[in-house]
Amino acid sequence: MSNVVTPAPAPAAPPPVEKIRIKVDGRDIEVPKMLPDWQGKPVPTTMLQAVQIAGGEVPHYCYHPKLPVAGNCRMCLVEFGTPMMDPATRKPVLNEDGTPKILRSVLPYEPQTPRGAIACATPISPGMELYPSSPATRQMREAVLESLLINHPLDCPICDQAGECKLQEYSVEHGQAASRFVEPKVHKPKAVDLGPRIILDDERCILCTRCIRFTKDIAGDDALGIVNRGSYNTIAAAPGRQFDNNYTLNTVDLCPVGALTSKDFRFKMRVWFLKETKSLCNSCGTGCNIQVGSRENVIHRFEPRENDAVNSSWMCDAGRLNYQWVGRSDRLQEVLIRGARSTWTTAVAEVVSRLISAPKGSVAVVASARQTTEELYLLRAIAARHGAITDSIPREGEGDRLLVSEDRNPNSQGVRLTGIAYTEMGIRLPEIAEGIRAGRIRTLLVFGEDVTQYGLDAELLGQLETLVVSDILPNATTALAHILLPGCAHVEKRGTYINVKGRVQRFMKAVEPRGDARPEWEFLAEIARGLGVASGFSTIEGLFNRMAGEVPALAGVEWAKLGDGGVTVPV
Amino acid sequence: MSFSVPQALENELDELASHYPQKRSASLMFLHALQEHFGHLSQEAVDWTAQKLGLQPINVYELVTFYPMFRQEPLGKTQIKVCRTLSCALAGSAELRAHLIGKLGLDSHRHGPQTTVDGQFTVEFVECLASCGTAPVVMVNEDLLEKCSVADCDRVLAKGRK
Ligand code: SF4
Ligand code: SF4
Ligand code: FES
Ligand code: FES
Repeated sequence: MSNVVTPAPAPAAPPPVEKIRIKVDGRDIEVPKMLPDWQGKPVPTTMLQAVQIAGGEVPHYCYHPKLPVAGNCRMCLVEFGTPMMDPATRKPVLNEDGTPKILRSVLPYEPQTPRGAIACATPISPGMELYPSSPATRQMREAVLESLLINHPLDCPICDQAGECKLQEYSVEHGQAASRFVEPKVHKPKAVDLGPRIILDDERCILCTRCIRFTKDIAGDDALGIVNRGSYNTIAAAPGRQFDNNYTLNTVDLCPVGALTSKDFRFKMRVWFLKETKSLCNSCGTGCNIQVGSRENVIHRFEPRENDAVNSSWMCDAGRLNYQWVGRSDRLQEVLIRGARSTWTTAVAEVVSRLISAPKGSVAVVASARQTTEELYLLRAIAARHGAITDSIPREGEGDRLLVSEDRNPNSQGVRLTGIAYTEMGIRLPEIAEGIRAGRIRTLLVFGEDVTQYGLDAELLGQLETLVVSDILPNATTALAHILLPGCAHVEKRGTYINVKGRVQRFMKAVEPRGDARPEWEFLAEIARGLGVASGFSTIEGLFNRMAGEVPALAGVEWAKLGDGGVTVPV
Repeated sequence: MSFSVPQALENELDELASHYPQKRSASLMFLHALQEHFGHLSQEAVDWTAQKLGLQPINVYELVTFYPMFRQEPLGKTQIKVCRTLSCALAGSAELRAHLIGKLGLDSHRHGPQTTVDGQFTVEFVECLASCGTAPVVMVNEDLLEKCSVADCDRVLAKGRK
C-alpha cells in the first residue's frame, strides 16, 4: 500500500505490552503476559483467557471476568503441556527437528493419563501448549458435567433458565445422553424465599459461588454462603435473614443455571420468545446500559448490558424493576384540545399559531430532565425564538457507592448542556410563577412534569392563555392542559441521555407507543419547523447530528459514533 | 429464654480472640466454648459470635452446619455416639446402633443425631473415634466404651434412666 500516513503528533506511547508465545491446539499465538483481573489490576494471563484470545472458548461455570476467581467447578479443565527442560543445563530439550520437546501434563501416579489444569486459574508460561479441543480435554469435561448432574433434578421443561442455561448448553455439547447414576438423588430445598425479589431452587444449584462472590465482593453485602457438607451443600442466607440489597437481581443474571430466579420474571415468559433491544435505565443519572426483553409489544424484563465505562455488568434492582408502569392502562393516548379529542395535525398547527402570535417574553417552558437530549434541544430552540424562560425539575435521592446516583433524573446533563437550565435546575420556577401572576407570561409549555407540585398550582395555571402539556401518564397538570400531547416512554422511542459523568448514550426503541402517542422529538420537530427554528433533518440521526453541531459540549460527536456504549464529553 | 453470655465467659473469649492476627480465626473456639456452656448453638449464639468477631451471621452459620460436632438443637442428657467407620462396622457397630434405636423408639432411617422425646438420650452414628483396635466403640458423654456389647449398651440405658 502506498498510503502515506502523516505522523500524528506522537501521543505518549502506551508502555509496550509484554507478550508470551504459546500454542493453542497446535496454532502459534502471542498473548499478553498480563491482563486486568476483575478489579482491573494486571495479573498473569490465564489459560482460559489465552484460548479466548486464540478465538476459542473454554466452557466454564464459576469463572466470571467481573468476579474474583474461585476455581471450584472444574468445568474449565484443559489438557496442556510445557517445554521440557534439561535439569543439568536448564535449557529446553529439543526434538530431532529442532522444535522444543513438550511434556504433556500427566497424573504423577498414572503417567498414561493426561492431567488437565483449571484454565480459569492457571497462568500461562512461555512455550506452553494448550489443547482445548483434545480428546482428553473433552473427556474431562464430560466427567465434570456428569458429576454436576448427579443430583440435578433435570426439570428443564419448567425451568426459567431454559434457553439461557449454561448447564443445558454444555450438556448438549459435552454431555452424555443417559445418566449412569442409579443411586437416589440428594434432595435439597426447593423454592426457597431467599429475599423479597429472589427465589432459590437449591437442587438446580451447581455451587459455583458466583452469587456469594457477587454479593460479598461487588455489592458489599456478605449475605450468602454454603451451609452443610458434601453432597448436602446448599446455598443459603443465615436463618431469619433476607437477601435484600439493591443489587440482588444481578445474581439471577450471574447464576449459570436456573437456581436463582427473579420473582418478578419467573414463569412469565420463555426467554427465547423475547425480543432484545439495547436501551438505558432512566431511573437515575448513572444511565446503566440495559437490554429490554419484550414480546408482542409487552415489556417483560430489563437486564444489564455490559459497559465498563458506566455500569460494568450490573444494574440496581430498583432500576431493573421500574418498567411495569409503561403498560399502565391509564397512559395518555389521545391528543386533546380543551378536553376534546383532536388530531396531531390540528394540535401541532394550533400550538404553532399560538406561539407565533405570542409576544416576545410572554412564553415560558418547563422541560423534564427525563426527556431526551434531542427533545430538550428542540424545546430550547423553540424557547429561544420567543425569549422564553426555561427551567426543569431536579429529582434527588440517596446515592450509593456502586451505581445509584443521587441524581434521579437520567438527563440532567442534557438539561444543562442544551441550556434549558445552565446551572441549578428549578431555580427559575419562582420567576415563572411570578410572571404568570403578574400577567407577563401568558403561554406555558410543560413537558413531562407535574408543575402543580413545584409551585405552579392549579389556580396559577388557570390564569394562562395557553397551557400546552405533554406527558405520558395523567396528573394534575395534564388535567388542566388546553392542548394535551401524549408522549412516549423512553423504551418506545429512540434518543440519547447524557449521564452525570458526561457519557452521551443512545437508546433504541423496544415497543410501540400506545394509542395516538408519539415520540416527543417528532412533534417537537414539527412545531419547530412551523416556527422556522430547526429544520433540515427528518430522522433522529439527523436531529442528533444537527444538535451536536450547535451544542458546544457535543462538538464532533455523531449519532453513528455513539455506538452501543456511548462517548464521554466534557461536562 | 433470653440469650446471655456470662461476663466471665465473654472476657475469656475476648482475650482469646486477641491472640489471633485475624479475629475471624477465633470462630471455632468461640463456638466450642458457647456449645460447652449452652449445650447447643442457638441462632442467638451464632449472631453473638458474628457480632463479636466482626462477621456476618452467614459466615458463622456455615461453620455450624459444616461440622457435625456442632449442635443446633439441645441434645439428651446422655449422648451416645456409635462409631460407624470400618473397623467398628466390621465388628458390629450397626447392630449396636439398631439395638439402641429400637430400645429408645427412634427412627432407624433418619440421619444425624436423634433425641428421645423425654430429652434423656441422644443416639448418633459418628465417624472413627480413633480407637479402632478395640472396635466396636461407643462414646457415652465423655466416656469411651471399648469392645462394646449389646449388654454394655443396655447398662448405659439403665444408668441413664436413673
Ligand atoms: S445459586 Fe447459582 S450462582 Fe449461586 S452457587 Fe448456585 S449455581 Fe452458582
Ligand atoms: S443505578 Fe441508576 S441507572 Fe443504574 S439501574 Fe439503578 S436506577 Fe438505573
Ligand atoms: S471455571 Fe470453574 S474451575 Fe474454572
Ligand atoms: S473405626 Fe471405630 S474407632 Fe476407628
